[in-house]
Parts: sequence; C-alpha cells; structure tokens
Amino acid sequence: MLAVSACGGSPAPATGGQQATKEFSVGLTEPDHLTPGNTSSSYSVTVLQALFDTLVVIDPKGQPQMRAAESVTSDDQKVWTIKIKPGQKFHNGEPVTAASFADAWNAAAYGPNAWTNNYYFENVEGYDKLNPEAPEGSDTAPKPETDKLSGLKVIDDTTLKVALTAPFSQFPITLAYTGFAPMPKAAFTDLAAYDVKPIGNGPFALDGEWVRNRQIKVKKFDGYAGPRPAKSASVNFKIYESRDTAYVDLRAGKVDLIQTIPPASAGEAKRLLADRFVATPSGTMDYLGFPVFDKRFQNADLRKAISMAIDRQAIVDAVFNGTFKPMGSLVAPLVPGYRENACGEACVFDKAKAKALFDKAGGFSGTMNLYFSNADPSYEQWMTAVANQLKDNLGITDIQFRKIPAADYLSTLRAHKQDGPYRNNWVMDYPSPQNYLQSMWGEGNRMGWENKEFNDLLTQANSAASMDASIPLYQKAEDLALSEMPMVPLWNWQDQAGYSSKISGVQIDAYSPNLDTITVK
Amino acid sequence: MRYALHRLLQAVPVFFATTFLIYAMVFALPGDPILALAGDKPLPDEVLHTLRERYHLNDPLIVQYGLYMLHAVQGDLGQTFTGQPVSELLQGRWAVTAQLAVTAWIFELVVGIGLGVIAGLRRGGIADTAVLAGTTFVIAVPVFVVGYTAQIMLGLNLSLFPTAGVDEGWPVSYLLPGMVLGSFGLAYVARLTRTSLIENMRADYVRTARAKGLRRRRVIGRHALRNSLIPVVTFLGVDFGNLMAGAVVTEGIFNLPGIGQQVFQSIQLQEGPVVVGIVTMLVMIFIVVNLLVDLLYGVLDPRISRG
Repeated sequence: MLAVSACGGSPAPATGGQQATKEFSVGLTEPDHLTPGNTSSSYSVTVLQALFDTLVVIDPKGQPQMRAAESVTSDDQKVWTIKIKPGQKFHNGEPVTAASFADAWNAAAYGPNAWTNNYYFENVEGYDKLNPEAPEGSDTAPKPETDKLSGLKVIDDTTLKVALTAPFSQFPITLAYTGFAPMPKAAFTDLAAYDVKPIGNGPFALDGEWVRNRQIKVKKFDGYAGPRPAKSASVNFKIYESRDTAYVDLRAGKVDLIQTIPPASAGEAKRLLADRFVATPSGTMDYLGFPVFDKRFQNADLRKAISMAIDRQAIVDAVFNGTFKPMGSLVAPLVPGYRENACGEACVFDKAKAKALFDKAGGFSGTMNLYFSNADPSYEQWMTAVANQLKDNLGITDIQFRKIPAADYLSTLRAHKQDGPYRNNWVMDYPSPQNYLQSMWGEGNRMGWENKEFNDLLTQANSAASMDASIPLYQKAEDLALSEMPMVPLWNWQDQAGYSSKISGVQIDAYSPNLDTITVK
Repeated sequence: MRYALHRLLQAVPVFFATTFLIYAMVFALPGDPILALAGDKPLPDEVLHTLRERYHLNDPLIVQYGLYMLHAVQGDLGQTFTGQPVSELLQGRWAVTAQLAVTAWIFELVVGIGLGVIAGLRRGGIADTAVLAGTTFVIAVPVFVVGYTAQIMLGLNLSLFPTAGVDEGWPVSYLLPGMVLGSFGLAYVARLTRTSLIENMRADYVRTARAKGLRRRRVIGRHALRNSLIPVVTFLGVDFGNLMAGAVVTEGIFNLPGIGQQVFQSIQLQEGPVVVGIVTMLVMIFIVVNLLVDLLYGVLDPRISRG
C-alpha cells in the first residue's frame, strides 16, 4: 500500500492547458487507414469527416445537400455532370478541382492498389479495365493496361462528367460517402506517407503525426472557404482499445465526447449525463438470414413462422436495455421510403399463429444450427434468446450454436457453408433503400435466394427519372423480399453518445458527428 | 562466463523452434484475414488476389516462414495487413509494456517482500492473519475484476490515479495498472517470503547467529532473509511470463498501448508476422531473465555457483 499513499497527495489528473487552446477530445478506436478511398471503418470515417468535404452531404431527413459540389445533375441517370464550387483549397494550398476528384477515384478503382473502397466504383464505365480478371487456371490477374476510368472526364477545373455503366438514380446520394472525397496532387507522390498524414479540403487539418494507438490531432484550417468552418481551435482524437474504458474516461472528465456508450451502461449514462446523453437512431440493422440453398429452409411459411415466433421487443429490452428498435421493415427508419411494419403480421410476435404456420409448413426435424461470430458478446446473448423462443414457441428442441471466429464468419457465409439461420448485419453506406436491398437481397446474396422479379424491380428503380420516382419501385421490391422472407428483419441499432460539460453545440446525427459545430466553453 | 555463454547458445534452437511453432499455429487458425479486413462489405476478387500475393498467403507454410525469417534477420519484420511496417507498430509499444512490467515488478518486490517479512516475523498475529486473508483474496479474484474495480474506485471515484491512458507518463499513469498487474504476483511473493522466513528463523545457523549475540536486525537481514529470498527470486523470474499474460488484460482495461494489447488485436486479426515478431522478442527476453535469475542464485548462495 506504499505506492497508494505515496501518490495520495497528488491532485486529480490535470487537464490544464486545454482550455486555453479551445481544444476538445473525442474518444476513438484506432482507425485502419486515413486515405479516403482505402477505408470503410467508422472510426476512420469520423476523422475523415473532419478533414474532408465531400461533394454532397446528407441532411437529417436523408436528403442530399450540396457541399463541395454546386450541382450534380443528369438527364438519363447514366451520365452525370458534377459542378464544383470554385475557390476551395486543400490544406496545403492546392486548389480543389475536378481533377482532384478524378485522381482520387481512379486510384481507388485501380485494382493493384487493393483499396477497400474499390467496389464503390464498379458502376463507373471502364472499371473492368482497371480490374482485369485472372485468366482461367491462374491465380494471378494481369496488370491493368490503364489506370484511368474511361467514364471519368474532366471538362474543366470545375466540371466533372461521370459515365456509369447503367442508369443509377441514387448516384448523388452515394457521393456523400467519404470514399468519394478528393485528393490533392501532392498525395500521389507518396501514397504511403499520405495514408498517415492526409491532406484534405475540410474545416480541420491534420496537426502533427498520427501517433498510432494514442492520438490523432487536427486543428482548424484557416484557409477553409466552405460552409462549415470549425468553431473550435483543435480536436484531439484519443484512441481507446475498449468502449468501457472510454466511457470511464468520459465520466472522469478526461475525454469530452464519445460516440459509443456501451449498451450495458446506457441507463447509468442517461442518469449521469442527463441532456448530455445523445441517442441517435442509426442506419445499422440486424437480420436473421436463412440458407435458402438448403432444402430444409426452402419453405417460405417455415421462415415466416420462425419470424413470428421471435419476440423482438423482449430481446431488445433484455439485451440492449431497450435502446434498439424492433423492426418490421428491411430498411432503417431514417431511410427515405421506410414504412413502419411493411412486413405485416409476419414480423409481429404471435405464438399461436407462429405455431400453426410452423405445423402447416411441416415443422422442422433434426438439428437447427444457429450461426454467429464471436466479435461481440451481445451476439451470443440475443442468439440464445432467439433459440429459447424457438424452443418455447415452436417446439424446436434440438438447437445448437455455431459460434465462429470473426475472421472466418464472412468467408463461411460467402462460401454458403452455413446450414442454419445466421446473424446478418448491414451497416448503411448511404440512406437509400437500394443500398440495403441490392447489397443484401440482390444477385449473389448469402441466402442463395433468387428472384427475377425482385432484380427487375431494382433495375427499374435504379433507372427511375429521380430519387423520388424510384422509391415506390424499391418498396415493391421490398414487399417481394418480405413475402418470401429469405431473411428476417430483427432490429435497428441506436448510437449512444455522451459529452462533457466542457463543450456545447453538439449536433450528432446518423451521418456525421459534425465536429465543426462544437464549441469549447 | 562459460555457463552464461552456454545458456545463450541454447537460445538459438529455442528461437527457431518457437518462431516456427507460433507461425504454424497462427497459420492454422481458421478464417481468412484478408476477407475480414473489409467487414460486411464485399472485396472484389482483384483486390483479394493482390493482397494475398502481397502477403504470400497463397504459398505453402514452410515457404511463408522461410520468407519471413529471411527478411526478419535483415531487420525487416514485414507489414501488417493494413500496410503498416511491423517494426514501426511495435516501437512505442515495448516501452509502454516495459514501464508497466517494471512498475508491477517493483511493486511485487518491495511490497510483497515487505508484507512477507512482517507476516513471517509475527506469525499468528493480526498482521500475519491480515496478509494471509488479503493474499488469498487477491489470488482468488480474476485480474479483470481487480482492474475494473480499482479503476472505478481509485481512479474515478477517489481521483487518486488517472483512469486510463499514458498521458501523464511514468510513473503516474502506470501506478494503478502496475499495482493491479502486480497484485497477483505480490500475493505469491508475500506468501513465499513468509513461509521461507518462518522456516529459516528456526534453522540452526540462525540460532548460532543469535547465540553469537548478533543484533536481531542483522540476524534477519543478513542471514535469514538472504536465504529466504532464493525461492522468491525464482518466482520473480518465472513470473515474467505471468506479467505478460496479465498485461493483455491490464493494458486493455487501462488503455495502455503496449505489447499485450497488440498481441490480443493481432491474434484476432490473424496478423501472423506481428504475433511471431512479438513472441520471438518475448522468448529472447524470457531466456535473458532466466539467465539473470540463475546468476543471481550465486550471489544469494555462493555454494550454487561453485558447485
């Protein structure tokens, strides 16, 4: 106990000096990359949203608003003209031009770079040339003949023309994703250096080195001419290994904003932080998928019966402290075109009806394996609850869990090796029903579900004359997927943020933490 | 000297055997680390191919290991799957873990031996009972429970220590995690010292020393305690391994960017080269520490080095 008394006299951890510089800190998990085209991790995106202005942003209603772009227009939904606001600058003084976007997109789409966001550009003309397939019987793909997408044309400094391979009405909204951010010429002399010291066009510029696993500092960019100048002098992203520790540090006043309060602490945080606790519905959804390619799961009534036997509200209350929202729709509530309980009675808990439908479908014999990954302890908790409900409500007694290492989970699903219901999750890229429906139910999906009418409806919706005109078509497709139920919607996530009394003006929404709006008291 | 050299030469086969074993084990883990990189999003085949080739994932195990060692002896530990050089990744982390381990070790050594002596000299008394009860408790409770409790009680509620992170530097930021990490070893050190001291106090040579009229302080310090420390020193050497295992948990709770945290992350991400790099270094350190322990025996009991 020597050490305790030795330090007992020292004051509480000093936070001095920060007030003077109007800096606040944000709890973060270590990002993987900071090159916009090469990361889709939410932690990286949080930093990139401070460093970069994308062409478009999404407002809280899910509608696209222009930011770096003056307009994004098309006559046929296939060839798009992007006009860029003049006078914007990168943090190194270089002007932001149409070429800054074309260069960044070409680099992301170029196969040999192996960047994570490569597939976002697959609907741009010329993508195939940058990503040649390996010839028959070989593992090695030939080197691409070109490193430029033929669909990108820089007309002048402020005009970029994008030709897509097929009409795509949702194109403007996709441009809000940080994967479409511009990069300066300076980046391409040393891409590895740029990855740890990115130069953006946003309200904050990187301040010093990214200290791995400790911190990333950004400061207000004085040359910023865009619509959202920073209200604080600097932001320090403090990197945490665990959400629990970050939450303890928030309570201890050592970090000012955290975006993910652990669900188990939500009740306490609400009480302690009062109006400094912010809950935002997110675009993330959990589903229970069926291996439709397995003949035991080919009866749609059986799949519906399982859906009706799950008491979503009870699980949400028990496992997520009531913070998530039970879902009867395939898309999240914040997506334009969302309909409350589009699913009808098939997503409403009803033990008697579920059992009747289950028996009518011939029941289920043998072992039912439930698949999930070990990435988060809550997965096992809610899967156990589902198993108990299937046992109690349908009488399926032989249920086994197949808990798979996170690194192996998606390749298991990809190879169709699952032989029972499995956890499926979708993190929204942009608020369009297309993002959910095409990615999860479209061609080559994990369930092995094939429906030509569904695919045709998506094609029609994608080529509709406007985003508004596309919505009813996506809804028809959603109805079709719900009526066959290859995958059951479970619940919509909620992000729980909290902040210290040192900062104000916090405007977190599902699309961005909007760090530029925060002021330090 | 010969003895020390001999021990060092033994390290060479140990080095190759352990690194190959670790490499093979990481290689044998199920799952595809490249696919896991992208999360729920699809990765185009072209990207998969490029990355697999870049990390030699299509080659047989022995070729991968050979390439790895070839680069490693030239000082290149390779890259993580996100393209960061492994040596750069580990640079700052060793310092953090070393500071944590040293803090824990000093705590074990000073407080552990101190408590052991107090308990041993007053056998059956209140202090002895308290030490026995306290150490039993510490050994029985898992380290993460001790860690979170200490963090909330001493860090958050009483504000005696920083709750997490290394912002305040050594020693302030490392005191609480060091104590948590050292608490388990401390309990053993205290008990070993106590038992050993009780036995030695009854030994003939102590009686002789007393009979010669030596002062109690000298009898205990020079004679009884010196002999009693041999099992303790052995334990402190072996305990290095425990400290590393405990560091994985402790560094997680207190958000210390050290080696333990990295090992945990890298195993999850199946970053073979990182795991092998760290384990190799650990094996080397372990060999050196045990060598030091053996040499220290000679100092405590000259008969050992002569015989």
